[in-house]
Amino acid sequence: MDQLLRVMVRVVIALTLCFVALPSLVVIVTAFNDKAILMFPPTGFSLRWFERAITYDDFRRGLMNGFIITAWASSLALVCGTLGAVVIERYRFAGRRWLEAILLSPLVIPHFTLGIAMLILASAMHVERTYSLVVLCHVILVLPFVMRSVYVSLKNIDPALGRAAASLGATPLQCFLRIDLPLLAPGLAGGWLFAAILSFNEFTATLFVTGQRTQTLPVAMYTYVREYADPTMAALSALLIAATVLFLLAANRWLGLARILSIEAGR
Amino acid sequence: MTQTTESFSVSVANVRKAYGTTTALDDVSLTVQAGEFLTLLGPSGCGKTTLLNLIAGFVQPDQGSICIDGESVNELPPYRRSIGMVFQHYALFPHMSVADNVGFGLKMHQVPKSEIAVRVKAALEMVRLGQLGERRPRELSGGQQQRIALARALVINPKVVLLDEPFSAIDKNLRAEMQVELKQIQQRLGITTIFVTHDQSEALSLSDRIAVMSNGQIEQLSAPADLYRHPASSFVASFIGDINRFPCVIKARTETTCTVAMADTLLTLPITHPALSIGAAALLFIRPEELTLVPSHSDAANLGTGQVDTHVYQGTHVDVYVRFADARVLRVRHPGWQATSLFALGQAVGVQANLQQAFIFPAR
Ligand SMILES: Nc1ncnc2c1ncn2[C@@H]1O[C@H](COP(=O)(O)OP(=O)(O)OP(=O)(O)O)[C@@H](O)[C@H]1O
Ligand SMILES: [Mg+2]
Repeated sequence: MDQLLRVMVRVVIALTLCFVALPSLVVIVTAFNDKAILMFPPTGFSLRWFERAITYDDFRRGLMNGFIITAWASSLALVCGTLGAVVIERYRFAGRRWLEAILLSPLVIPHFTLGIAMLILASAMHVERTYSLVVLCHVILVLPFVMRSVYVSLKNIDPALGRAAASLGATPLQCFLRIDLPLLAPGLAGGWLFAAILSFNEFTATLFVTGQRTQTLPVAMYTYVREYADPTMAALSALLIAATVLFLLAANRWLGLARILSIEAGR
Repeated sequence: MTQTTESFSVSVANVRKAYGTTTALDDVSLTVQAGEFLTLLGPSGCGKTTLLNLIAGFVQPDQGSICIDGESVNELPPYRRSIGMVFQHYALFPHMSVADNVGFGLKMHQVPKSEIAVRVKAALEMVRLGQLGERRPRELSGGQQQRIALARALVINPKVVLLDEPFSAIDKNLRAEMQVELKQIQQRLGITTIFVTHDQSEALSLSDRIAVMSNGQIEQLSAPADLYRHPASSFVASFIGDINRFPCVIKARTETTCTVAMADTLLTLPITHPALSIGAAALLFIRPEELTLVPSHSDAANLGTGQVDTHVYQGTHVDVYVRFADARVLRVRHPGWQATSLFALGQAVGVQANLQQAFIFPAR
C-alpha cells in the first residue's frame, strides 16, 4: 500500500514537471523549423530564425533597454525598499501598520492600471516617454517584493545584536552599516534578483510607458508578433530560456539560490 | 558632590515604567557602590530586564532619574553610556570572527589598530580562550560564546557591566564553573556589576548584595546572608531558600515579642515585622534547619507531634517530612544520613522549633 502510494506520488510529480516543461520544449523545437510559419511538429531543420532573432534591430535595442531599465529599477527599488523596510521594522510612528500593509502587498495594483496611470500622468505633465518614466514605473512595481524580502531578513536579525553593538559604542548608523547590512546581504541579493527578473519580464505596464526608442524586449516581441508569424519568436524564446537557465545556475552557484528562496518562504 | 554619592557607581531614583496597562517598574530606587556585585533576583516578569534596559538606555523611564558615576544619563543614548552588556543568548555578531567581536567596541571608540590587537589578545586570555580568535561564533560551544561575550563587554573598560541571565542557556555542569570564573574576573577588575537572574542559588553565591524584586518593586535589598536570615517580607521569606510556612493568628504582643495561635498550639516569638496587630491573620515562616525531631509528646516538642511521612536523602542531610493530624506537613532538616533509620516511616515524632529564628509577617 505504502509502496503503491510512493510510486503514485512519483508519477504525479513526474507528470507535473513534464506539464510545466512542455511549453518550453515545444517552443524550442519549433524554433528549429525551416519554414516561415510557427508550426509543430517542424518539417525541417534550420538555424536561420536564431540568426534573425540575434540580428533583428528592435530585439537588440530591446535587450539593451531591458538591461538598462532593469539594472536601474531593481537597484533603486533595493535602496528605497531597504530604507523603507528599516523604517517600518525599527521605528514606531502613527500609521505604521497601514504603511506596512500597503507596501508589503504587491498584488493590490493591477499592472495595466499602473501603466495607464503613469501614461496619463506623464502626458498631463508633458513628460516624454523617457527611460526615467519606465524606470519609475518598474520601481513602483517591484518595490513591494524587494521590501518584503528585506523586511523578512530584518525580522530575522536578533534585536540583542543591535543592543550589543550600541552598548559597545556604535551609533545607530554604525550599527546599521556594520551589523545589519552584512547580515542582510543574502536578503538584499534575493530581493534584487527577484526585482530584476520581474522588471526584465514585465510587459503589461511597460507597454504603456515605453516608446519606440525605449521599448524593452517583451514589448519589442509583442510588436514583432503583430507583424510577422515566423519562428523568430520561438528562436528568441529558446535563447531566453537558455539564458535564464544559465543565469539561475550561476546564481545558485555563487549566491545559494536555496538560501535566497528560503528567505521568501519564511514570510 | 558629597563623599557618599561619589562612591555610587550607579544610582536609580524613583523610576517608573509602564507598558500600556502593565506596570513593569513601580517607583524603584537603587544605588550600586563602585566595584560592587549587585544581583536583581525575582520571578519571571517582575521587571528585572526592564530595570537593566533602563540603566543601559534601551528603554526610557516614564519618570525618575538614572545616574552613572554621579552623572545623570537620562538624556544619553546607550552608545554614550559606557556600559558593557552580556545577554542570555550571547548576541555575538555572527558575521565576525571572535577577535573582531571582541575588538568591535574598541573600534567604535577609535582605538588605534595596534592597540586593539593587544587589548583583544589580553581580553581573550582573561577568559582563557586566547587561541580561538580566528573562529566564528557559531563554531564555539555555548559556554565559550558567553566567555567571548564577557570579554567583548569588558575590553572597553565600561563603568558598569550589566548581565541579563547570562548563564541560563548554559548547561548545568558548566554553569557553576562559569559563575566562579565571572566572580574571579569581577573581583580582579573591581568592576561594578549588575547581574540579573531568577536562580536564587546563583544570586546567593555570587552577589555582594541582592535586590529581590516582585511585581515591579524591590522587596528587599541586602547582603545574601541578611536576606536569608532576616527576610523583610513574606515574599522574600518564601522566595529565598527552603522554608516552612503556616497561617496563624496573633493573640498577644509586646514591644519585642508576640504570641500566635497555630492550630491548637500557642507560640511566643520575636517580632519581625512592625505591622502585626492583635487578632490579625499572619504567616509564620521557619526554615527546615531550625526544626529538630524530638520524642513524641515530649515537653520540647513546641510545634506538636506528627507522623514521619517521607525521607528525602540529600547527601549532607536528610529532609524528613512530618505530617500532622490537621494535614499540615513540616519539613525538618536532619544533618548526616542517619535520619532514615532513626525515624521510620509512620513513626510518631515531636517537632521542636527554634523560635528565635522564626519569621512572622502579616498575611496579605
Ligand atoms: N516591550 C514590552 N512591551 C510590553 N510589555 C513589556 C515589554 N517588556 C516587558 N514587558 C512587561 O513588563 C513586565 C516586566 O518585564 P521584564 O522583561 O522586565 O521581566 P523580567 O523580570 O526580566 O522577566 P524574565 O525573568 O521572564 O526575563 C512583564 O509583565 C512584561 O510582560
Ligand atoms: Mg528578563
